[in-house]
Order: sequence, then C-alpha cells, then structure tokens
Amino acid sequence: MPKVTIDGHTLEVEEGTTILQAARMIGGEAVPPAMCYYSGLETSGGYCRTCIVEVSKGSEKDPRPMPKPVPSCRQVVMDGMEVKNTTSPKLLEARAGVVEFLLINHPLDCPVCDQAGECHLQDLSYEHGLSKSRYEFKRREFEKIDIGDKIKLHMTRCILCYRCVKVADQLCPGRVHGVINRGDVAEISTYIENAVDNEMSGNMIDVCPVGALTDRTFRFKSRVWFTKPVNAHRTCETCCGRVALWLSGDEVLRVTGRKDAYGELEKDAEGRTGWICNTCRFDKKNEADWTIEGPRHIDRHSVISQNHYETLKQLKIDISRQKKLSEKAHNE
Amino acid sequence: MSVKLLFEHLDKPGIRNLEGYRSHGGYQTLEKALRTLKPDDITGEVKKSGLRGRGGAGFPTGMKWGFLAKPEGVPRYLVCNADESEPGTFKDRYLMEHIPHLLIEGMAISSFALGAETSYIYIRGEMMYVYHILQAAIDEAYANNLLGSNIMGSGFSLDLHVHCGAGAYICGEETALLESLEGKRGNPRIKPPFPAVKGLWGCPTVVNNVETISAVVPIVRDGGDAYARIGIGRSTGTKLISASGHINNPGVYEIELGLPVEEFIYSEQWCGGITKGKKLKAVVAGGSSVPVLPAELILKTAAGEPRLMTYESLSDGGFETGTMLGSGGFIVMDEDTSIVKNLWNFTRFYHHESCGQCSPCREGTGWMEKVLHKILAGKGTRADIDLLWDIQKNIEGKTICPLGEAAAWPVAAAIRHFRAEFEELTSQITEPAGQV
Ligand SMILES: Cc1cc2nc3c(=O)[nH]c(=O)nc-3n(C[C@H](O)[C@H](O)[C@H](O)COP(=O)(O)O)c2cc1C
Ligand code: SF4
Ligand code: SF4
Ligand code: FES
Repeated sequence: MPKVTIDGHTLEVEEGTTILQAARMIGGEAVPPAMCYYSGLETSGGYCRTCIVEVSKGSEKDPRPMPKPVPSCRQVVMDGMEVKNTTSPKLLEARAGVVEFLLINHPLDCPVCDQAGECHLQDLSYEHGLSKSRYEFKRREFEKIDIGDKIKLHMTRCILCYRCVKVADQLCPGRVHGVINRGDVAEISTYIENAVDNEMSGNMIDVCPVGALTDRTFRFKSRVWFTKPVNAHRTCETCCGRVALWLSGDEVLRVTGRKDAYGELEKDAEGRTGWICNTCRFDKKNEADWTIEGPRHIDRHSVISQNHYETLKQLKIDISRQKKLSEKAHNE
Repeated sequence: MSVKLLFEHLDKPGIRNLEGYRSHGGYQTLEKALRTLKPDDITGEVKKSGLRGRGGAGFPTGMKWGFLAKPEGVPRYLVCNADESEPGTFKDRYLMEHIPHLLIEGMAISSFALGAETSYIYIRGEMMYVYHILQAAIDEAYANNLLGSNIMGSGFSLDLHVHCGAGAYICGEETALLESLEGKRGNPRIKPPFPAVKGLWGCPTVVNNVETISAVVPIVRDGGDAYARIGIGRSTGTKLISASGHINNPGVYEIELGLPVEEFIYSEQWCGGITKGKKLKAVVAGGSSVPVLPAELILKTAAGEPRLMTYESLSDGGFETGTMLGSGGFIVMDEDTSIVKNLWNFTRFYHHESCGQCSPCREGTGWMEKVLHKILAGKGTRADIDLLWDIQKNIEGKTICPLGEAAAWPVAAAIRHFRAEFEELTSQITEPAGQV
C-alpha cells in the first residue's frame, strides 16, 4: 500500500486513493478545500482548482517535485509522495489566487442569499479571500430561472463546479440539464428552461456549493442559522429516507440530505451516498411524516452555520486584523 | 536550394487531384508500406527520423506512437488534428488546400502502422472550402482502392472520415477534440488518462497534427535516417512556417530546421525583410501563445549566439530571454507596432475561446482583457501593470488544459520585455487600481 506524507503526517492508503481522500483521512489543517469534487459523483472534481496542493516529492521511485500545483481531488497518491497543503506559503498564495478568480464575478449578495451560512464559497473567502476586491469591472449577471416549480437557478452565483450537471447525468434518467455557451458566459441550462422533472433532481440543491440552486419551497423563509436541524427518517421506496429536517418551532421549513463536514451527503455502511427523492424533500413537510432521531450536530466550520461563536478560534481568522483591514478599506 | 519534402511538388499543375499527385510519385510510399513493411517497421522509421509533433508541443511522434496501448480486441484510432485556429498559424490549411492527397497518404500509412481501421480528420469548421477539397480527394482515393476495404489488395482496410468542427479554438486541444468528435461539448478532458490509453470512445487513440502525419510519407519513402540528417540536433527534418505581419513576402514556407532567424526574416527567398524598409521591433515566433521577443533577442540569444529556427535555439534562455517554435506561426512586427494593442488582441481571443471549465482561465482571461482595454483607453494606472502580472501568474500552471498558459504567457512576455510601453500608456494616472 502506498505511503503518503501530507503536511508532515504520514499514512498508508489503498492503491488509487487521491491526495484529497488521504488528506481527509488525516483531517484538520491537512485537508484542502474542495468546491467541485463530490465523492458520490463520478468524474467530479478538477474544475475549481481550490484543492490544489504542492507535491514536493513525486514518489519514492521518482522523487522529483511536480512542476505545477496539482488538483488533490484528481491526483492519485504514489508511494513515497510528499505533499504540502498549508505548509507551503507558495501554495497558499496560489490558492488565494484561485479564490480571487472565483469571487471576481460573484455577486456577493450573501445578505439576500438562502445559501448564506452553509455556503462553501463564503467559508472559502473567509479563510483565503482578500477583504478588498481588485476587480473593478461590471460583474456578470444572468436572469434567474425556475427549474420546475421546486428549484430556483440563480446563475449569477454559480461557480460552474459541474456538480449539478453530474447529478443530472448520473441520477436522473432522461436528463435535460447541461452547460451552454463557453468561457465566462458559460451557463447551467436545462435545455432552455425545461423543468427538470425527475424524482432525484432535488439533489442538485444539496450538491450546489453556493446559492445558485436553491429550494423554492424554502425561499426566503428563514436564515438557516435561525432554524433547528434534526435528523429524521421515514420508510421511502424511492430513496434512503434519511434526511435532515430544518425546523422553526414544530414547523418543517426545509428537508435536505444529511451533509457531512465537507458538505457532502453522508454515506451508509455500504458506502452509498444518501441521495433523497423529491417526495421526501418537497412533499413531506409535517413532523408527523417523520421519525425524529434527535438534534443534528453541525460539524461545519463556517461561523454562521454553527451559531457558536466560541469556535471562532478554529477559523484562524485574526478578527482584529480583519477589522482593521475593513476599516481601512472603508475609509478609502 | 533548401530541401522540400512536403511542398516539393506543390507548384505542379493538377497536384490537388489524384492523377497529378500520382504522376509525382504519390501513393507509391503507401504501396511500399503495405507490401514491404510491417507496422512496427514504420513506427521504427518514425522513431529514427526524430520527427516531433508539429501541432505546437513538439512531442516526439515515434515515442507517442510507441505509447499507444494495444489491448486485444479493442479498436484503435488515429485522429488528425486539422482544427488549426491559433492566430498566426495557417500552414495546415495551406497544405490541405493544395496537396490534400499527401495528408490522405500519410493517414493511410500511419493508420496501418498503428493498427487503426477507422481514422478521422477533424477539420476546423470555418474552413468549409478546404473540407470540400479534402472530401473530394478522399472520394477519389476510395474510388481507386487507396482507401476502403482491402487497400491495393494488401488485406489492410481503412475508413477515413472528415469531421467538421463548429467554430471553437479549444477543439484543437486534443482531448476537447475527441469530446467534440464523440458529439459532446468540446471541453478538454482531465488527464490522466491520456488518449494513448483512453481516447476516442474510450479506446486507445493517437492524435497528430496535419503536418506531422504528412511528414510520415517522406520519412517512410526515404527512411528515418535520411530525414534525421536534415536539421540540427533534436530538431530534425523540415518545418512549415506561416509567416505573417510586417514582412514583404508573407506566406507559408517549408524550411529546413536550423535556418538562422535573421536569414528567414531578411532573405529574399523567405520573408524578404520588413515592409517599407522599417525596423524590426518584435517577433512572435510560434503562434500567438508563445512569448513575444524583441528584435535583439529574436535575432541573437542572450549569450550572443545567432538564433536558429529549431526547437532548442528558439527556447534557449527559457522564458526570460527565449520563446518557442510552437506551431510555426511567425508573426513579425515593425517599429510602429503597439505591443500593448497586439497583446490586447491576443488576450481578447483567448478570453473568447476559453471553454470555461476551470476557474483560473474562465475568470482570468476576461479580467486580463478588461485591464488591457482600460490601459489602451488611457485610463490605466501603474498598479494595473502589476495587476496584469499577478493575474497571468495566477492562471499559469493551474488550469486543466494549456489554453490557460497560452493566454498567460503572451501577457507575461509583453510586460517582461516591453514594460516601458505599458508605463508610457499609464503615465497619466498614478493612484492605485482596484476598488472597495
Ligand atoms: C487550446 C489548444 C489548441 C490547440 N490547437 C491545435 C490545432 O489547431 N492543431 C494541432 O495540431 N494541435 C493543436 N493543439 C495541440 C494538440 O492538443 C495536440 O498536442 C496536437 O494535436 C498533437 O499533435 P502533434 O503531436 O502531431 O503535434 C492545441 C492545443 C491547445 C491547448
Ligand atoms: S449551479 Fe451550483 S452545482 Fe451547478 S455548476 Fe453552478 S455552482 Fe455548481
Ligand atoms: S484552461 Fe481554459 S480552455 Fe482549458 S479547460 Fe480550463 S477553462 Fe477550458
Ligand atoms: S475540488 Fe479539486 S479542482 Fe475542484
């Protein structure tokens, strides 16, 4: 079994394991951020480039460092490989560059975005972003599109991670979802606004790392951090029936799959991703529809999603520095 | 007189048709290959010839052929890349337009060598008239048993299809080309796997440029050793150069690798010097994506050696003081040319052609174009020059396919060698760029 060292932690992994997967086994600081990779979707990853790492030693056989940063979600581990994630200043600088690219055309409309609080781009910009944008041109905008009566596509916020495209490809027979146009005007499309009429289509909402695909039945109902998440299940013929309910009092505001620390849906003992069907997601909005297991531990590192300010330390943001920067920016 | 291998008979009447082509020895090499050579012998000759890919990267062709996986019972494909869309490069079009049977003969020989029974030529969609020429030539070849089943009674069969692109430069990148050929959106694939293992329809595939495949004909005809004797060092054989810009004789030339750049620019036999007797300012030597070099560095290396038209000499000095032979798109600029304007034009192209899959290229190319446009409009600041430098640096090496680099390198080179020109354009304004 190949042995790999990431930021000084060494471990043995199965043949074919990617650097990202190995890093997740180590956990903590060693784990690169991943905006487009999704373990439950085949061929995902490689697009966003936030997960890049420095390979300072290729392998035992060929110890030369790799000349370019590599996407850890795609690069398979070789025996003896040495990887730097947070221990390479050069790499962190390169990653900051990628984050900047993802943000230049993003509307930053978090105050009115339903994803705020559980948005990966928000987390990423907290950790790697600059407090001031160097982009001074008009940001691109798209019309909002309703994908059927349950899903809203707000293309302006999309980072083209292709996850929803893979959901359409891999979970929904008779797909109508895809990408049209190219370059920085490429857009997610449903072959001209056809409803994605499929029992599994709602999973697009769960895989979307930003607020580009949101649940119309939850639209503007509440900020997520005011809702109370609980684990619940029901017997369902179409899907696993294991969900998270997001409650306000005893009202079910929203039903989603159960996301893990990396924002991916949890897997069952057999390794199957916990996709849920549209009936469970959109139509079962009474507590009585569900067997409630108990409160859900939210293991995410975003400030807002946790609503636990004592964990701010984990974020490693120097608050006073951020404050100074934003004051300075404001005065300018 | 310099040796001509591809264009030897280019000016002969009727060379475009089968009859004319045959009267100058056409298809005799195919016959020789099918009757007297084994597939591996041909690959061996190509290896010996030292031929390197003429599509831009210069990868040794024999080695590429050697990498082709050959699992039992799985078809293999040869795909010819005729998508030629890089600004400044127009040699493949010229070859296919004037001597289409050379490419077809090359395809047949190469397919035989690789064990491919179906092969494709993926041609840029804008070159419709060349498509018709090529298709007419293929029809002639089929009608004369030079393609199709049991070619010349040898037992080898080949189906050759021409497929038109639909107007995307990115479909010249080999894996985007394969996606497009499969009828999908032309997005580059994430590698590995490489086409040699998993290419067209998931089968082992070789993708080669038009000129590369055409060069296989003289290599098999004269032998790899004879080919390798032309040129210098690892730059063997002849190369087609598309010469454009401020020169007296723009056009497509077949040169022997090793020709001094100075001779190529100034000799009457080639470019014939700069128009109107002006001074040379800069050259983009290998198509729009390679670094621009100022006159003093294109004529002589930093070490003072004369610069030669070879892979090695042109890249001598790395990107600090060198460039690349690339696809052979040789763009010459006289003393009156605005480097910044020219760069903006290139950058606009890459912005327009980015497929949009990966963030650095999707977002960075448009950003660079906007900053350049601002500078040209007289609204730029000194800080914008540094910003441009940062953006290109943040794209380079972080993308799925080399289009990102193709967009970043010209920006880096222009700033590296012509910073003064940027500074002049931004001299009016001094406050920092960016906004809250
Ligand atoms: C954006 C992009 C565009 C390209 N366009 C072409 C092209 O038009 N023709 C070509 O032969 N190679 C092109 N290439 C290079 C091909 O990917 C590939 O390397 C080449 O076809 C291999 O053939 P060769 O080994 O014979 O050079 C392009 C590469 C990139 C990244
Ligand atoms: S809509 Fe969301 S999931 Fe789909 S590509 Fe855009 S960001 Fe990714
Ligand atoms: S580098 Fe540009 S063209 Fe190539 S895959 Fe990425 S976005 Fe597409
Ligand atoms: S997560 Fe690896 S490139 Fe996006």
